[in-house]
Amino acid sequence: MKTKKVLAKVYIWLLLVVLYAPIVFIVVFSFTEAKSLGNWTGFSTQLYQNLFNGSMQNSSGLLAAVKNTLLIALAASIVATILGTIAAIGIYHLHGRKRGVMTFLNDIPMINPDIITGVSLFLLFVFLGISQGYLTVILAHITFCTPYVVLNVMPKLRQMNPNIYEAALDLGATPAQALRKVLVPALRPGMISGFILSFTMSLDDFAVTFFTRGTIGLDTLSTYIYADARKGGLTPELKPLMSIIFLIILIVLLVINIRQSKQQALIDKK
Amino acid sequence: MSEKDIIIRLDHISKSFGDKKVLDDISLYIKRGEFVTLLGPSGCGKTTTLRLIAGFGKPDEGTVTMEGKVINDVPPYQRKLNTVFQRYALFPHLDVYDNVAFGLKLQKVPEDEIEKRVKKVLKLVSMSDYEDRDVESLSGGQQQRVAIARALINKPQVLLLDEPLAALDLKMRKDMQIELKEMHKKLGITFIYVTHDQEEALTLSDTIVVMNEGKIQQIGTPIDIYNEPVNAFVADFIGESNILKGRMLRDRRVAFIKHEFDCVDEGFGEDVKVDVVVRPEDIYFTTDPAKCQFKAKVNSCIFKGVHYEMWVDTDTGYELMIQDYDPYEVGSEVMLYIDPDDIQVMKKEREANTYPGKVVGEGKVRFLDTDFACDTTGFAEGDEVTVTIRFEKVDLLDHEEDADLTGNVVFILYMGNHYHLTIKTEVGENIWVDTNDIWDKGDFVGIKILPEDIHLSKPAAGNE
Amino acid sequence: MNKRSSWALPYFIFLVLFVVLPLVMIVIYSLQDGSGHFTLSNITKFFTDKDALSTFALSIEVAIENTLLCILIGYPAAYILADNKLNRSAVTVVLFILPMWINALMRTLATAELFNMAGIPLGKGTLLFGMCYDYLPFMIYPIYNQLKKMDKSYSEAAQDLGATPGQVFRKVTLPLSMPGVWSGVMMVFMPTVSTFAISEFLTNNKIKLFGTIIQENINNSMWNYGAALSLIMLLIIGLTTVLQGGEQAEETSGGLI
Repeated sequence: MKTKKVLAKVYIWLLLVVLYAPIVFIVVFSFTEAKSLGNWTGFSTQLYQNLFNGSMQNSSGLLAAVKNTLLIALAASIVATILGTIAAIGIYHLHGRKRGVMTFLNDIPMINPDIITGVSLFLLFVFLGISQGYLTVILAHITFCTPYVVLNVMPKLRQMNPNIYEAALDLGATPAQALRKVLVPALRPGMISGFILSFTMSLDDFAVTFFTRGTIGLDTLSTYIYADARKGGLTPELKPLMSIIFLIILIVLLVINIRQSKQQALIDKK
Repeated sequence: MSEKDIIIRLDHISKSFGDKKVLDDISLYIKRGEFVTLLGPSGCGKTTTLRLIAGFGKPDEGTVTMEGKVINDVPPYQRKLNTVFQRYALFPHLDVYDNVAFGLKLQKVPEDEIEKRVKKVLKLVSMSDYEDRDVESLSGGQQQRVAIARALINKPQVLLLDEPLAALDLKMRKDMQIELKEMHKKLGITFIYVTHDQEEALTLSDTIVVMNEGKIQQIGTPIDIYNEPVNAFVADFIGESNILKGRMLRDRRVAFIKHEFDCVDEGFGEDVKVDVVVRPEDIYFTTDPAKCQFKAKVNSCIFKGVHYEMWVDTDTGYELMIQDYDPYEVGSEVMLYIDPDDIQVMKKEREANTYPGKVVGEGKVRFLDTDFACDTTGFAEGDEVTVTIRFEKVDLLDHEEDADLTGNVVFILYMGNHYHLTIKTEVGENIWVDTNDIWDKGDFVGIKILPEDIHLSKPAAGNE
Repeated sequence: MNKRSSWALPYFIFLVLFVVLPLVMIVIYSLQDGSGHFTLSNITKFFTDKDALSTFALSIEVAIENTLLCILIGYPAAYILADNKLNRSAVTVVLFILPMWINALMRTLATAELFNMAGIPLGKGTLLFGMCYDYLPFMIYPIYNQLKKMDKSYSEAAQDLGATPGQVFRKVTLPLSMPGVWSGVMMVFMPTVSTFAISEFLTNNKIKLFGTIIQENINNSMWNYGAALSLIMLLIIGLTTVLQGGEQAEETSGGLI
């Protein structure tokens, strides 16, 4: 038993070391001034300073990409959360074939690889003669985010007493009041995790954005990095940027998880 | 009784979900201040009826009237009635106080009045000290009380209760029954109560509405329903009973279990087939041969707490259930009699299976969406016919192969020496079967009918 | 009650407009020539195009190898993480999901750079390694979820009936965790076939995968041929989905947090 435990620990930590090596690599080389990764020219926080005071080569490009990424992610995940929650309530009350059709349709964007989602939407926009830009990218992101919101809200609907909406109506609430005062509070945890998932997937997306952003020079972080890498030289300030993003996410996730396990412990105690 | 006394009225209500007809032409009126119970097995349509009254759905046909106004199109939040839901449906994100205050807050009632009324109604349900409690930390019985308080605070004229006690344990259920009854008396408002528990219905109600398969079977006081069930379903569903095939010989004389008895029923005609119900507590033991109407042998005897439940085999080959305060030894020969008052004679709902059919070829007839072989002499292809099959001529198989059609057992009645089954076929029609084999409710069965057992006749003029 | 089912309607319209219609577009474009006339030439072109065919074969090969590699490495990890005796900390699980939140392209670039520094030439080996690195969390997570929600009494019942630990694993745990493995496969296999930027970075453009050809065709305005290649891919997705029954995805992939 003892050796088994040790072996398991070693295996897990070995995997984690390999998984984190590239990230650690980025973080380490964010503290030197060299242009390319892997080239150590002494400790420096110059790249961080460049990042914050905006004095870097094509600084406007990188900063605009960061801004676009955040705005698109925010818009797409807010719309996806609203659309997905309402849809989940509807699907939950559907039966038989209709429900089967909706579940199937909802599965398609999740099963489709990004490139199919991207190419198919690109063709649609071309076919309809819609000029591509912010709007088309946001629409495309809503398309692949909403199914995950539906998936996260569904279990909360199943846990919910099916009569509470009707109980609210019975006590005099209009459907809108019942939605706001009873349904949304009951579904909130699912909506929040759906929102966070949507937000992070939108942040990380490359292929779908790549095909739906059109030719107006709209860049997100992903397409910016792709273009940068194909040109040959990565903008050095990406390294500190990534390090900071990593740090923020690390903290957020750890806080969420520690809070969760504390709550769990509290429930277990009861 | 004047029209003013009626608070809710259902007229010819029908409702289907998809292909399934859950309510079939229901008509019912409820008097102001009455405690009415809708009683029936699951799937009988009682909850659907309640939901139509509450406004969670519209009837496909018919009208719901409250205080003389048709309310079919009035949304639930504008109806002056409130509901206590099955499994309570308390809002999990609100505490006891906010759950109860929910309705008043929506009406923008001033805060101090809300507080007064919440306190008052919580006192009514004996939950005064629980205002700040999280609803999920309460026991089932406490949640139940909060749910009642939440519904009562809006001062509804009608309180709807959907199996409110189903999730409680037996002891708690008994206590709550008494409390509900007292609450009803104190408040003086109308209670409409849905349950599948016949004992609960008998204890609580002024009026019981027995439902089955989307139809009202009987409406009456608990005593009426218990003593004078109108059909075998009601007799079987309410209390224990011996349901037997009989023959009305003439007024006040009936034959069953191959013996003749005096009874009090009249007007059935002479020599007419009937069903007879005798409650197990109404069959008496005697040692006086002059009183004895028939003899039997005890084959089992079980103590049930207050009385003994015995099964006896009559000298004519029937099995009867008897309840008595004194036990009789298994194997002993006993003499029995039944008072004329205690024999309930019911008109037979049907004497055989009959279906509209059509001759589809030489020796072939189509009914129940299935083609059957049979003798079609005297009929031509395309003729409309009435098909008759006797109950005992339908064979049940436990497999699908070489069955003509399939179905599920939905209702079982023990008739003393055989079972009378109701089978719902795959096409949704019922077929009734007499058999000596033992089946369980819900069993999937194959149905086979031999050609010689299918009888054709010209359809009666007019509608069936 | 019936009314609330109509809440699904807006999303239904949305799905038809932005999911079904675009897929129909792929079919339409792949069956047209540049001037909008019906033709099968795009499809036949693929089956006669040696480059495209060999890229296709290579993509499938890499995807299969990558998927197997992910199962081989990921299953034991998921098993250990889900076992209360071997792992008590929820944080370890988070650590496995965390890299997914870092921009995939950036991570891939760093991986390629690490290979460069170590003097390992970029090629199929590095491609497989990098792919596995990128997709491993997507394999671990669904299997972990499946194992975690598995009722412990199953394996206890098996032991009670005389199964050795090895038998318990083979006859009970493994079969019961298969839905998790399947949704892991779905999340790894198709994305591997279709990836383009990642394979370019990891092989310094030496190895092209199927995704890259689609991308090149679309970008060079060869929409019809690009659509035809996408259609081929859609057919494979359809096939794999049908093969695995398609239902498990809903159960296990939801709720990554």
